[in-house]
Amino acid sequence: MRNIWAILLRELKVYFASPIAYVFTAVFLIVSGFFFWSILQMFNTWCMQAMQYPQYAGQLNINEMVIRPLLQNMSVVFLMIIPFLTMRLFSDERRTGTDELLLTSPITMNQIILGKFFGALSVVVVMLLLTGLYPLFAFQYSSPELGPVMSGYLGLVLLAACFIPIGLLCSALTENQIVAAVLTFGCLLLLWVIGWSAESAGYMTREIIRYLSLTDHLEDLAKGVIDTKDIVFYLSFSAMGLFLTKMALESRRWR
Amino acid sequence: MIEVENLGKKYGNNFAVRNLNFSVKKGEILGFLGPNGAGKTTTMRILTCYLPATEGSARVAGFDVFKEGLQVRKRIGYLPENSPLYREMSVTSFLDFITRIKGVPRRKRKDRIASVLDRCKIDEVKNRLIQHLSKGYRQRVGLAAALIHDPEVLILDEPTIGLDPKQIIEIRELIKSLAGDHTVILSTHILPEVTQTCQRVVIINEGKVVAEDTFEKLQERLRKAERLSVRVKRDSSIVPQKLASIGGVVSVAPIDAAPGGYIVESTLGADVREEVARIVAQENWGLLEMKPMVMSLEDVFLKLTTEEEGIPSNQES
Repeated sequence: MRNIWAILLRELKVYFASPIAYVFTAVFLIVSGFFFWSILQMFNTWCMQAMQYPQYAGQLNINEMVIRPLLQNMSVVFLMIIPFLTMRLFSDERRTGTDELLLTSPITMNQIILGKFFGALSVVVVMLLLTGLYPLFAFQYSSPELGPVMSGYLGLVLLAACFIPIGLLCSALTENQIVAAVLTFGCLLLLWVIGWSAESAGYMTREIIRYLSLTDHLEDLAKGVIDTKDIVFYLSFSAMGLFLTKMALESRRWR
Repeated sequence: MIEVENLGKKYGNNFAVRNLNFSVKKGEILGFLGPNGAGKTTTMRILTCYLPATEGSARVAGFDVFKEGLQVRKRIGYLPENSPLYREMSVTSFLDFITRIKGVPRRKRKDRIASVLDRCKIDEVKNRLIQHLSKGYRQRVGLAAALIHDPEVLILDEPTIGLDPKQIIEIRELIKSLAGDHTVILSTHILPEVTQTCQRVVIINEGKVVAEDTFEKLQERLRKAERLSVRVKRDSSIVPQKLASIGGVVSVAPIDAAPGGYIVESTLGADVREEVARIVAQENWGLLEMKPMVMSLEDVFLKLTTEEEGIPSNQES
């Protein structure tokens, strides 16, 4: 536990002592801030229209029409930026030879991987906490339900916990950061759009593909439904990614 | 303290090291000598549990490097080649990170950091970023990191590479001062380095141990005599007699595999080639071949005896 903490702390130091974390957070806040603004604009238009046609007023729901799309848009931004967050984690160690330093210290491979995983996840959590400002505005001027907001954020953290191990795995496979980032992005994008192919497939295949799609599981959480099925999916997906990372790192030593 | 038995490591289809055997006693400084590419780094990486061996076994402080890697790593301080460091960290925060992953207890961390800062003479740069340090300072930071948990065994892979003469002398003094409390393996491809710091030498070449002894004894063994291989066409019983009568020749021994072939040994410094050629021609034996013999160990030594500029060769203290 203490060793995981040591690795995590060092990763955070690297993120926050360099411009990396600040650039990430700034870009993420600006982009998601723009999404929030444009969604809110649209919602305002609908409200105006609802004033003219009162029969539609009942359909207006700030949770469903502002916060849920906002969280879903943020998950798309994750897809773009998480590869850059994770690309250096192992490839840079390999390139500079510092992996030799870590692997000859009395810590295990699991501790190194978990330390780096939680390090990257902490940066994501910090970014998400700062975006909490946007829903806070919604609470100031309207009265959304708190539950779906919280479960939506939980879903985003879980989604990041699935993305990061894929980034770690790709970073463990190469010495080149760019290659690691592109590989990660490709894998994430494929897992993202795999659900689209479900429509044309047969029943069994369709169900399997739907289950594998990372986004489908976010739907329920964003609506406020916390289903153990989705949580188990995210956690086991994350664990498998970390396990594959370990395999990749171990196999490199035996070559 | 360190026992290596029949150690072998294969990369693809080639053995980088094979049938390696040597041992290091407690408190000893062992020089691990060999030309570039001899397998020094591979051996050290196996001893520090970074690479698994393909065959054979190695024990450090009584623990097997493969089965009890964690115990071995607790007791080892390792300075890899080119001392890899986290360039974006400051010296103190880097050393603090190392104390944590080496399992130094919280109470002792500050003392240990202060002690290695002082011992490696890097106190004046402790708040600088490692990427802004010169090569010499980086090397010393790497050494400080290897020493920080006061390990029983120190493994140093070419610790003086890329340093200026003054820094080399300082690092050697530091390593010498570690003898007694620590067991040290020091790899190098520079012969004088070993003569100045190490008590015992293991020489490897092409993945095999060529010699293992104290430096003085090795030197003695190497340079007892000059040897010459001669081969004549018309061999007879008087050939060895005649050759032995040449001034300076100590002994003449026939080569079993080659009829008419002899090994002529002469005293150190005496060049008998001209005389041998003259006699062979005079007696009309028909000279087929004559060449000075170089032993493999000597060959290795030749590769190792690189001059070090700026460092007096008799530098002793």
